[in-house]
Amino acid sequence: MEQFLGFAIPGIPYGCTYALFAVGLILTYQATGVFNFAFAAQAYTSAFIFSILTLNEHWPVWLAFFVSVVLLAPAIGLAFDYFLFRRIPNTNSMAKVVTGISLLVGIPSLLTVIFTNQPFYNVPSILFNPNDVYFHLFGLQDVPINGIFLSTVIVTAVVLVAMVVLMRYTSLGLKMRGAVESRRLVQLDGINADRVVASAWAISSLLAGLAGVLLAPQFAQLQPENYITLMVTAIAAAAWGVLRSMPTAALVAIGLGIVELTAEGYLPTGGILYDSVLPVLPMIVLVAALLFVPGMRSLDDTKDPLASVDPPTPPTAAASRAPTMDKIIRVAFYVLLVAFAVSMLTWMPRTWEGVFNQGIAFSVIFLSITLITGMGGQLSLAQATLAGIGAFTAGQLASHFGLSLLVGGIVGAALAAGVAVILALVSLRLKGLGLALMTLAAALVFDQAVFSRTAVNGGQSGLTLKSKWAGLGIFNPNGHALFVVGVAVLVVVTLAILQIRKGTIGHYLGAMRGSETAAAGIGINLTWQRVMIFALSGAVAGIGGTIYSLFQTNVNANSFNAELSLVFVVVVVTTGVSTVEGAIQAGIGLTVIEQLVTYLPGRFGGNSLVFVLFAFGALTYASHPEGVLEFQKRTWTTRFDRLFFTKGSPPGLAAARDGGPSPGTALPATGVGPHE
Amino acid sequence: MSEVPGVVPDPSSGSIRGRTPTGLLGDPAPLLMVRGVSKYFGGIQAVREVTFVVERGECVGLVGPNGAGKTTLFNCICGQLRAESGAVEFAGIDLGRMPTYKRARLGIGRTYQRIEVFPDMTVREHLLVAEQARRGEGRLWKDLCNLSRPSSDERGRVEDVLELIGITDIAGTPVSALGLGLCRLVELGRALVGEPQLLMADEPSSGLDVHETAELATVLRTLQKERGMAVLLVEHDLGMVGECVDRTIVMDLGQVIAEGTFDEVMGDPEVRHAYLGTTT
Repeated sequence: MEQFLGFAIPGIPYGCTYALFAVGLILTYQATGVFNFAFAAQAYTSAFIFSILTLNEHWPVWLAFFVSVVLLAPAIGLAFDYFLFRRIPNTNSMAKVVTGISLLVGIPSLLTVIFTNQPFYNVPSILFNPNDVYFHLFGLQDVPINGIFLSTVIVTAVVLVAMVVLMRYTSLGLKMRGAVESRRLVQLDGINADRVVASAWAISSLLAGLAGVLLAPQFAQLQPENYITLMVTAIAAAAWGVLRSMPTAALVAIGLGIVELTAEGYLPTGGILYDSVLPVLPMIVLVAALLFVPGMRSLDDTKDPLASVDPPTPPTAAASRAPTMDKIIRVAFYVLLVAFAVSMLTWMPRTWEGVFNQGIAFSVIFLSITLITGMGGQLSLAQATLAGIGAFTAGQLASHFGLSLLVGGIVGAALAAGVAVILALVSLRLKGLGLALMTLAAALVFDQAVFSRTAVNGGQSGLTLKSKWAGLGIFNPNGHALFVVGVAVLVVVTLAILQIRKGTIGHYLGAMRGSETAAAGIGINLTWQRVMIFALSGAVAGIGGTIYSLFQTNVNANSFNAELSLVFVVVVVTTGVSTVEGAIQAGIGLTVIEQLVTYLPGRFGGNSLVFVLFAFGALTYASHPEGVLEFQKRTWTTRFDRLFFTKGSPPGLAAARDGGPSPGTALPATGVGPHE
Repeated sequence: MSEVPGVVPDPSSGSIRGRTPTGLLGDPAPLLMVRGVSKYFGGIQAVREVTFVVERGECVGLVGPNGAGKTTLFNCICGQLRAESGAVEFAGIDLGRMPTYKRARLGIGRTYQRIEVFPDMTVREHLLVAEQARRGEGRLWKDLCNLSRPSSDERGRVEDVLELIGITDIAGTPVSALGLGLCRLVELGRALVGEPQLLMADEPSSGLDVHETAELATVLRTLQKERGMAVLLVEHDLGMVGECVDRTIVMDLGQVIAEGTFDEVMGDPEVRHAYLGTTT
């Protein structure tokens, strides 16, 4: 018994840290309708500033706490609300998730860019000294109660009670619950909904800051990954509370902490349970909640009664330009393409040839996001994982059987498609946020339990590929042959996607994006379409993963982890998720910017600057869901259109050229806002 | 409840499962048979033991105050909700646990109380996609080989429907640029393009002005007479109901309280009580 308590009781403070995060996530979701993926980044920000002020500037702890938590944390929340989430329609769950992920990726990178990559160790505690043992529970020597235990348990209890009282028994809580349904509708009742929601953001952000600073002393070194890992477990707990019940979430969180520590104590180290199952326990709990808690399937069912006042998605640049201009742009595109190919094969410096080869590999992976998100309307956070499945399969087949990497890549693509199909079948009833969480859980499971195994990854440094497995002379990252093969794959995949998009399946997917209810009502088999788009997306990601590993001459788990899946989504959303050129621009753009950043002095943050650029670009998703580049293209197309081709007539209305009313014909009254 | 002809016997008197789908073989079995359908939402019984039939080529009005369970019943018939008990038979086929898309392909077309359109599409694309979906088109290899373009027949049928409901002039317009009334017509066209045997219209006149409502009633009548299409019409505009329907079913609090001709049910004290809260 003493041994059991010795394992289980230390799990309580771990559970409380999960609970603190879970309560914060639920508060934000309950009060604002946003599942705040950026919560971990907010916590890290406060902890980071607190560490600078205490460790570098030697401020007193209370003053550093006041600045980093009481002042800064709510200010960040208010900025989130004012500049971002206030502008996203309630019903646009995709935009809310993407914005949160962008902040999660972008904020830690921004801190690195601003303050450079400073390591912080032994961050001071705001309450009790973490190293002091205050007493032994039940008088047992194996159950010491130290400062970390006391701090987390006390703060969690106080926060939980305060938040439950706020939401259930106060007028502000009632208004928050009303505003989450429809901010605009509540305003019609005379409530200043903006102020109510801003209050919610300030309080939840204060909670994030408090959690960040409170937990900082627990980590040997302060790193954003610490908080992201914590958040994943907290999400699992929050899911069992259906993102509504704080007490349930807190109980599940504490239970998880106890089970983790107890299992860790009893399980033999080095066994499969210890190595592969224990690390994914929170993901298993999350998947179970998504599958078996009915409320998690209907998270996005809320419909804002005033949703019809939102403007429609604007047409793409390609759909809105004049035929003459369209012809000129097409010709220019082909000329540039040929010039690019000739340059790559003749005078392009080897370094830049490698940059573009890597960009082409990324482009193929990113096209899988175009398929599943742009065309299928489903947000998957596991695309890097699917790419990894393709790459590891090809690498292992080559390593064990000497199979050509290109052939192995096709097998890998099939396997990635198979995994994607399983993912689609498991998450058939999920959409929006639920699907995003399911795919994120799958990605983390592969990270912790599959890609981390030596039998798969070939050891610490990854699976090193050999030139004899590649053939065709493509085993050279900066070589012409890899470029030719990469471009050939890219062209085939692009043409296939374009054909699908303009074909029947493309139209079915368009119908499903608009209304699944009506799509089923006209005879579309939603299950089949969804499974098919997942399979196609998985296959394309798998192929892209193999091409990328050829570029790297190595298959490494770090190249295909869950965090990269998030980055991939952010990058593609920035350029344009609904068009194939968006994915290609994202792939090439990412590598070109990465290369350009290497020419800058190190103080600009290196790769962190790249993440910042794309993450903050993705923040415009709410106002420009077609992507920043696509928006700029459309804007400039319209300007040129007006200037040279359609003088005097209103720009853009592709419908008019597609058999609709001619320019000037009055359309029926719509109540719809302007397109731009 | 009023005694009316056409009401099927009590559901407990015999199962319709196992019956030969004689409707498809020319048997004069009713087109739609709803028997003892019930649907609960938690503790609320939204639909209680509802039983009725719709004959081929018949226009039946389904009316009742808000919350009567009309749309829930529609959803149970279309398969968007699963009834807790009872059976739905279409053209002699027990729909059982058949998914929505298969019911649609059998020949059930539907419009929605709350507009359900595809904002990325033009009006014409709405009808084309419905035309292809109803016939189960959509093979990946066809798309990849560029063989899935709509045939001239399909385009022709779409143009016919556009003309029938008078929206040819906006065929190329994205629906996101249309107002509520026109969106309702697009929904109607989308439902009609597959030439369904049964059209289930859920408050189709909502959002239309008096003139448009009258035109819609004419279209429904034309469809019924010229194409032999049965119509099940949920509508609050009782004037339109009176003009269109052959028979009216009145629901209140989840159950059928009256059935008969429009004039008969409107004179029923129970119906007056349901609508007005008084029997006088």
